[in-house]
Amino acid sequence: MNRFAELLDRLAYEPGRNNKLRLITGYFREVGDPDRGYALAALTGALSFKHAKPGLIRDLIAARADPVLFGLSYDYVGDLSETVALMWPKAALAAHNNPPPPTLTEVVTTLRTLGKTEMPAQLARWLDELDETGRWALLKLVTGAMRIGISARLAKTAAAALGDKDPHDIELIWPGLSPPYLDLFAWLEGRGEKPVNRDPAPFRPVMLAHAIEEGDFAALDPADYIAEWKWDGIRVQAVAGRDDRGHITARLYSRTGEDITGSFPDLVPSLHLPGAIDGELLILREGRVQSFNVLQQRLNRKVVSPKLIKEFPIHLRAYDLLGDDENDLRELPFAERRERLETFVAKLDDARIDLSPTVPFASWDALTAARANPASAGAGEDADAIEGVMLKRRDAPYLPGRPKGQWWKWKRDPHIIDAVLMYAQRGHGKRSSYYSDYTFGVWTETENGEELVPVGKAYFGFTDEELLQIDRFVRRNTTEKFGPVRHVVHEGDKGLVLEVAFEGLQRSPRHKSGVAMRFPRISRLRWDKPPREADRLETLERMLKAEPEEIEI
Amino acid sequence: MRGSRPHQVVSAACTSPGRRSLAETASPRMTAQFGAARSYITHMRPQDILLPTAAGLCCKPGAFHIDPVRPVERAVITHGHSDHARAGHGAVLATQETLDMMRLRYGENFAGSTQAIRYGEEIRLGDVTVKFHPAGHVLGSAQVAVTAKDTCVVASGDYKDAPDPTCTPFELVPCDVFITEATFGLPVFRHGDASDEVKKLLASVALFPERAHLVGAYSLGKAQRVIALLRAAGYDAPIYLHGAMETITHYYQSRGIELGELRPAKGVKKAALAGTITLAPPSATSDLWTRRFPDPVTAFASGWMRVRARARQRGVELPLVISDHADWDGLTATIAATGAGEIWVTHGQEDALVHWCQSKGLKARPLDLVGYGDEEESETPIQGEAEA
Repeated sequence: MNRFAELLDRLAYEPGRNNKLRLITGYFREVGDPDRGYALAALTGALSFKHAKPGLIRDLIAARADPVLFGLSYDYVGDLSETVALMWPKAALAAHNNPPPPTLTEVVTTLRTLGKTEMPAQLARWLDELDETGRWALLKLVTGAMRIGISARLAKTAAAALGDKDPHDIELIWPGLSPPYLDLFAWLEGRGEKPVNRDPAPFRPVMLAHAIEEGDFAALDPADYIAEWKWDGIRVQAVAGRDDRGHITARLYSRTGEDITGSFPDLVPSLHLPGAIDGELLILREGRVQSFNVLQQRLNRKVVSPKLIKEFPIHLRAYDLLGDDENDLRELPFAERRERLETFVAKLDDARIDLSPTVPFASWDALTAARANPASAGAGEDADAIEGVMLKRRDAPYLPGRPKGQWWKWKRDPHIIDAVLMYAQRGHGKRSSYYSDYTFGVWTETENGEELVPVGKAYFGFTDEELLQIDRFVRRNTTEKFGPVRHVVHEGDKGLVLEVAFEGLQRSPRHKSGVAMRFPRISRLRWDKPPREADRLETLERMLKAEPEEIEI
Repeated sequence: MRGSRPHQVVSAACTSPGRRSLAETASPRMTAQFGAARSYITHMRPQDILLPTAAGLCCKPGAFHIDPVRPVERAVITHGHSDHARAGHGAVLATQETLDMMRLRYGENFAGSTQAIRYGEEIRLGDVTVKFHPAGHVLGSAQVAVTAKDTCVVASGDYKDAPDPTCTPFELVPCDVFITEATFGLPVFRHGDASDEVKKLLASVALFPERAHLVGAYSLGKAQRVIALLRAAGYDAPIYLHGAMETITHYYQSRGIELGELRPAKGVKKAALAGTITLAPPSATSDLWTRRFPDPVTAFASGWMRVRARARQRGVELPLVISDHADWDGLTATIAATGAGEIWVTHGQEDALVHWCQSKGLKARPLDLVGYGDEEESETPIQGEAEA
């Protein structure tokens, strides 16, 4: 347990992806079975213990600490698990009879079998035996709230590195594996056969597109490509298959292979034929695609209420078919898969699943026109939910990753405004010595006259050279410092204008300006422009289309 | 009030001959200002001996301040950190090491006159006697025991009861009133063995041999302790120093503290710093200065690192819980062991410690002293740091 705690502790502070991978792979190499398998399960979120609740932990500390001291401590630390881990009193044990701290395996297997009534005493025993970091990790593990910035994908990639394997291969077999993954580690270390995925509805690594540039078109023949709308939703893979007894199992995966079925139980009955659809998750109301802002209300929900399901009806718009019953279609050319898809969707005959239409075009000019005005090119009222077009080679097989020249995405031009740099904050990791997080604002009339009001925050989009220039500007033009935040001069004739590109706008009661940007980034530095000529809040308000009022859930 | 204790027996006041002693210079003025004081004292209340004022803790019957934050006539200084030892006082009484460090930081004329005092040495100042005892905080740090009649008040300054190879260990001084710091006065602050933290640092250096490790550490005390701990752990490669670290570190070496081979980081090629350890003031580890290091791992040696949010706020990747202040267990154990019936709590988390004292039946109150803890939060810029 202590070695696992040390790993979690180190990961919690490490900002770099590659370093995180090295730390995890190093752990897998050093620690034997079955501990490392349970660690992998913990990192991928494959463990949950139904009897361990935060209330239980509060009770444990209340029985051992002065309530005033606990209150002051919790207030200072701000995290229950950490406060308890730090202030847990040292057990007065006989010096020669100290039990060794529990292993991760002991903890996990015990937690799985323990009844509710035995839980408090067992947890207290472990907390007595572990050191501070061990206690912290134990409490994070039992409450299931790790929050250390590790995705399941990252943990699997680290495991793959142990055997120099492709992480995609692990994703493929993952649904058939269970903790402590002895067969997986045996394969990764060359001691065993590759485990077979017996999951009836496995995930298949997704194919991704490159962003197309102006210069790319010259080399491409329009006749080689099929165009589709690029929907502003969530890319998903909807898979259904028959288990040993012939029953249909259906699952929904994110593009990284995370099982998100639990968030969308209303789509499961629609996946009643064995097959694997690649498509976009959208919200449809009266046949009309809603904006991403609306879809967002349904993302990352652990509990899905009937009201939510009713107010935000989920829909799958299909654009590829990877498997049809038992047949793997990924080797087939796209044009053929598309035909199979059309047949499959027709056979499903379900209102929640439809086909993403193709966009007919004869020349790049025709496609340019369609992209500029999707409403008149067949998208009709759904045009608002379109963020560009996709180009797919007719003869392209379905390849995992981002193969060159097969799929292209051609997004609509982003919205652009000129805003004024107001505050800057240091970045993290490699950027920790640079002011690289920028809060920017636009002008508005207030009772104090013309004022800048913050409308967003961006921390990318600029080149390394531009970062150096902004960093220098921030250091030379700081008016006030608040911890890591610097106030940068922003007056009518003194300050820096940033050209900010963004994908969409949303009303936001949480922001002073009343609007929030989606995906903002710095697209250009306008050294030439005096701040007073930057954009005004009214410009943004005009961009805000009449969105439906947010519904309380 | 308690009866007399061994340390309260007045020993012959040892003052170095040929040097103007604080006691001598103080006496005439004392008589002039507080001449009446001598006669009335039979029983003294603790607050008649030491009283918090705007300038710091004031001893009226002795006519001096302890660690004053404003310039005063006579100052008794517990240790060399800039929030306790300031320049501009008339006369200063402190250990030789503290006086030397003040001279190094502020220049020759940091005070009108100075007088050195050794641990265990007792001096009469006006109506009180003053005795210095090791505080175990940094080199030369002292607790100041002030005794008037049979009442003894100990102003501990900053202290720690954990082992430190770079300074004299903390000495427990029985007393009637104990003035304790409370920097880490919450039960969440429990610092483990510092040598385990250094092992964490060395494990990270082994894991990332192509990266440089930057260890943020206060330049007086913490930096030298970390170096000594690294040496004790068997690390014998050269250790690099930020320019602002050099003066005090070399002073430690001149006082016979073994720190092994030290090199300035300045002027070393970036690639040559891969796999090395560099000590720097905390403020420098998130500054432009770090760009001369290959993909640096930022560590910070401080008791604050016990709390994750504090470490993350500073962008620390490798927090090292190494503190020169007593932790919660150290504070409470020390308070209990002094036998003091009354506890005054200052700079830090006073509320929790006062509450603890009261729950143990001790009289306790917070002392509202301002201006301490500054060096911990943001290292004062000192010579050499600007261009280092």
